[in-house]
Amino acid sequence: MEMRKGADVVIETLLKEGVDVIFGIPGGANMEIYDALYRINKIKHILARHEQGAGHMAEGYAKASGKVGVALATSGPGATNLITAIADAYMDSVPVVFLTGQVPTFLIGNDAFQEVDIVGMTRPVTKHNFLVKRVEDLPLIIRQAFYIAKTGRPGPVLVDIPKDITQTMTDVEIPSDEEVINSLPGYKPHIEGNPQQIKRAAQLILEAKRPVLYVGGGAVAAEANAEITELAELMKIPVTTTNMGKGAFDERHPLSLRMLGMHGTYYANMAVYHSDLLIAVGSRFDDRVTGKVDEFAPFAKIIHIDIDPASISKNITVDVPIVGDIRSVLVRLIEEIKSKNSKIVHEEERKSWLEQIDTWKKAYPLSYKPSDKVIKPQFLIEALYDVTEGNAIITTGVGQHQMWSAMFYKYSFPRQFINSGGLGTMGFGLPAGIGAKVARPDKDVFIIDGDGSFLMTMQELVTAAHYNIPIKVIILNNAYYGMVRQWQELFYNKRYSEVDLSFQPDFVKLAEACGAVGIRTDNPKELKDVLLKAKNIEDKPVLVEVIVDREENCLPMVPAGKSYKDMLLSDGKNVEAETMYLVG
Amino acid sequence: MEAVNGRPKREIKKGETRKHIISILVNNEFGVLARIATLIAGKGYNIESLSVGETSEANLSRITIEVKGDDIVIDQMIKQLRRLIDTVKVRDLTDVPRVERELMLIKLHAPSHKERDEILRIAQIFRGKVVDISQDSIMIELTGDSEKIKAFLNLVRPFGIKEMATTGKITLKRESVLEEMQD
Ligand SMILES: Cc1ncc(C[n+]2csc(CCOP(=O)(O)OP(=O)(O)O)c2C)c(N)n1
Ligand SMILES: [Mg+2]
Repeated sequence: MEMRKGADVVIETLLKEGVDVIFGIPGGANMEIYDALYRINKIKHILARHEQGAGHMAEGYAKASGKVGVALATSGPGATNLITAIADAYMDSVPVVFLTGQVPTFLIGNDAFQEVDIVGMTRPVTKHNFLVKRVEDLPLIIRQAFYIAKTGRPGPVLVDIPKDITQTMTDVEIPSDEEVINSLPGYKPHIEGNPQQIKRAAQLILEAKRPVLYVGGGAVAAEANAEITELAELMKIPVTTTNMGKGAFDERHPLSLRMLGMHGTYYANMAVYHSDLLIAVGSRFDDRVTGKVDEFAPFAKIIHIDIDPASISKNITVDVPIVGDIRSVLVRLIEEIKSKNSKIVHEEERKSWLEQIDTWKKAYPLSYKPSDKVIKPQFLIEALYDVTEGNAIITTGVGQHQMWSAMFYKYSFPRQFINSGGLGTMGFGLPAGIGAKVARPDKDVFIIDGDGSFLMTMQELVTAAHYNIPIKVIILNNAYYGMVRQWQELFYNKRYSEVDLSFQPDFVKLAEACGAVGIRTDNPKELKDVLLKAKNIEDKPVLVEVIVDREENCLPMVPAGKSYKDMLLSDGKNVEAETMYLVG
Repeated sequence: MEAVNGRPKREIKKGETRKHIISILVNNEFGVLARIATLIAGKGYNIESLSVGETSEANLSRITIEVKGDDIVIDQMIKQLRRLIDTVKVRDLTDVPRVERELMLIKLHAPSHKERDEILRIAQIFRGKVVDISQDSIMIELTGDSEKIKAFLNLVRPFGIKEMATTGKITLKRESVLEEMQD
């Protein structure tokens, strides 16, 4: 190998990993890497306008494509600006490699200009992180970072690279796949599910009277959607997905219960509540899903399939834990069921279970009071579903608009709904949408954003315009931090403390100032035409400001820390007041 | 089929809060200890004793940690410790037959030979070693498990402790099924 700078080795290693795009911002400590990027000129670079934006773009890219996203920042403030995106990727298990410049090795620990201990700061929010101390280690560490980010339970990995390392000449070779794997003796990401446990799970499924599949983001990461569908259809098991699990099972399928939990459907929550067997696949019993833990699915035995032993059963007793790669476990589970002729023991009970679920679906479908005077937020999402024929990739910010997007758009393929589930990061939507569009130029990408969330990372609209990335931003403008207002209405006696956003920019002019097309509407009759017009703009980003009914609430809802029995329904009723159902 | 009334509850695992001793084999990398400490601190737990040292393999170290906490939280923590890239093996040895040792250096007041003789006798029974002696003090080195150290401390406390230091615990799993013999 000939001599070249460490910075060149960075780019060579990225090329070896198949990286085709980097999102980032240059600065003093990473200038050598930017110089090598310029000279070698084989990787596309998207210049974000804030490092948090670059980080969320890399996440959006990874979430939409399943490939590892890459974000690049300089030391100090560049690195600290990445932290929100790193934490976001950690919470949602998104494979992203974050590269940061660092002050030269001989200055580390001296409070040098733009020095922060980013490795120390990100330790609790990365799957792993590295400080490169010798140029000879550089290609191995970067390759390890990619390997760790994408295998097992995926997650973010940070590599901090001091400036002198990028300047040092070296003839180091890029290590082979085998060398990378052998260099990590403590890391064993591939786990086969225990065959005995798989047998027990099959038996429980065949014997169940009221089974429910509860599918989370792990199933999407493992690309197990076909196996989920096969299992559900073979055993006629209704399927509910978490926010992160959306797309692992077609929400238009008759067996779909849509989303469960705090803003889940009435029928998903009723089904889970009454089930006698809950088959959790790649989900982690998050508190937004379970509500009050000891009243969660009180009659159910639980099978839990997950790649990560640490996410199995924190306080809920799991009857059959299966740690392993989700797809291969499901394949073997289906084989096991078929080897028993797929013979359901309690046919009659299973039939009435599905009938009961249909009754629940009819009793309380997702609904709202329509209006022909104001645009109801739910109507906006339904209209978008119609205009895009259910085929768009949707990203969102955090708040009511996010939950309405989860409820009123029906998702049918994996990686279609991209949002910040675990960290709940306002400002995620726009940059993530840009990253998603870069990954999937063949798809329409709509960002359904809140007026509050949008302002947190709105500078990235300039980025989208700069590269003519034709994303479509729909601002659901209620002139409120709507979700907080809803909680204040319901649980704080309408004391609206610091949630009014009615002083706001002219979003249409703002869009135009950033180089995007701006459109505004408040008319339910013209809404679909406006959305269609936005959909058809292909050479620029578009921003559509939709003025919606201001104080609409996002229902149904299970108040935080309460049980499914305390669910508030869309007509203002409370489940407990309704008839509770039957369990045999 | 019958109606569901009231508030049926699912059984929730409840753990006991007690001391756990955890043995962790790690890659000899910088930052490993910080990673482990961060994870434990993230649970709101305090590390009560800690020892780090080399093993028979050059690139591996053994970290032994004593931490008080809820069984279920500790179990979860151990799974998360295993998930760290630089940990090779993590074991909770709390309920496992094992040999456990710590080392204590203790400096006691001994203004006359009467006290010195007394202390020497006690030290002998505990197989402690005298490592320093002066006009009015005596320093003893003692190894053993925490029970033995505690028992020794109870006996010598009346003399007055000038200074003392103990190492963290180290422990290895027993291969024999024999009860640990008093040494
Ligand atoms: C970075 C960040 N800050 C604060 C919050 C708390 N928070 C959650 S939802 C919300 C309101 C969101 O307002 P908007 O984006 O307008 O959405 P809406 O609920 O009105 O649809 C706030 C402030 C958060 N999730 N993220
Ligand atoms: Mg709002």
